[in-house]
Amino acid sequence: MLNKLWGAMILLAILTACITGRVPQLTQAFINGGKDAVSLCITMLGIVATWTGIMKIAEKGGLIQLLSKKMSFLLRFLFPDIPKDHPASQYIATNFIANFLGLGWAATPAGIAAMKEMDRLNKQKGRATRAMCMFLVINMSSIQLISVNMLAYRDQYGSANPAEIVGPSLIATLVSTFVGVVAAKLLERRD
Amino acid sequence: MGILFYISDFMIPVVVLIVILFGVSKKTPIYDTFVEGAKEGIGTVFQILPTLIGLMTAVSLLRASGALDILVQVLAPITDRIGFPGQLLPLSLMRLVSSSAALGMLVDIFQEFGTDSFLGRLGSTMMGCTETIFYTMSVYFLSIGIKDTRHTLLAAILANIAGIAASVWIVQMMFPG
Repeated sequence: MLNKLWGAMILLAILTACITGRVPQLTQAFINGGKDAVSLCITMLGIVATWTGIMKIAEKGGLIQLLSKKMSFLLRFLFPDIPKDHPASQYIATNFIANFLGLGWAATPAGIAAMKEMDRLNKQKGRATRAMCMFLVINMSSIQLISVNMLAYRDQYGSANPAEIVGPSLIATLVSTFVGVVAAKLLERRD
Repeated sequence: MGILFYISDFMIPVVVLIVILFGVSKKTPIYDTFVEGAKEGIGTVFQILPTLIGLMTAVSLLRASGALDILVQVLAPITDRIGFPGQLLPLSLMRLVSSSAALGMLVDIFQEFGTDSFLGRLGSTMMGCTETIFYTMSVYFLSIGIKDTRHTLLAAILANIAGIAASVWIVQMMFPG
């Protein structure tokens, strides 16, 4: 998908520049685009590494495991089809907590493991179960405590207070996750 | 709304405090562990750098050519009608497909209007509550060979729209004027 999209973006840009007569600006952008990405990454290196360092302590100390165990009540409500103590629950909990804390690298492997476990409970292979739909909807509504990357971007582009959006972002992701859960619960009744 | 400012200010110190205290109570070698984690973080940033270069360049070409402005103008009748800033529509759509390309668009908004402008703040908030739906769905469903994804896409898109609407509302409330 990105192969086509990327090609289309570049071609569209070059064609438009020819029509609007902004070819010199286009050339300038071609030189600067990569430079911007590199300097953004340098800012990110500092912030992201600090955060992943702190979160590694949470992981090693067992805070993530502890939080995932506390989630069983919530999981029973969200995934009534998954039997208690099924290994899927543990993976789902780890994935949620990791996403919540902004640990993408820990979230994805746990998420894939959760999908595999949920597929064992699947009676119709090739068709998603209710639990899978719910799991992915929550995953994609991206409930997150702090978006560390966003702090880096805002800092790089001169924000006076990069963290000022932490509060609003938290509310916005709560709303999107809530609506996602309700929508999934309602839609799953259709069939 | 005042509480949200407190959350913004105190969230990071509180989380760090809890993690450190917990680590100390479990006798984790906290500094060594920190260094190990930081190393992983650096690896992650370097891994996304090539994607970022490719997509940020593509977005800045679109901006420089004037194509983004034309797109915003074309979409203006629709976005004005629903009270959504048209400049952020390309960002919202791109966010569903690729986070690096969306980041390119956000940076573009930061450069054009400023990080602490209404559009800058709204863009920042929106980016946090939406996800690359198509990519995530294909990674997870392909891993176990699911073809019939049922209501996943619809529910995810609804969640996304709700998140964007909530962002517009909260940012207007918190940062009036």
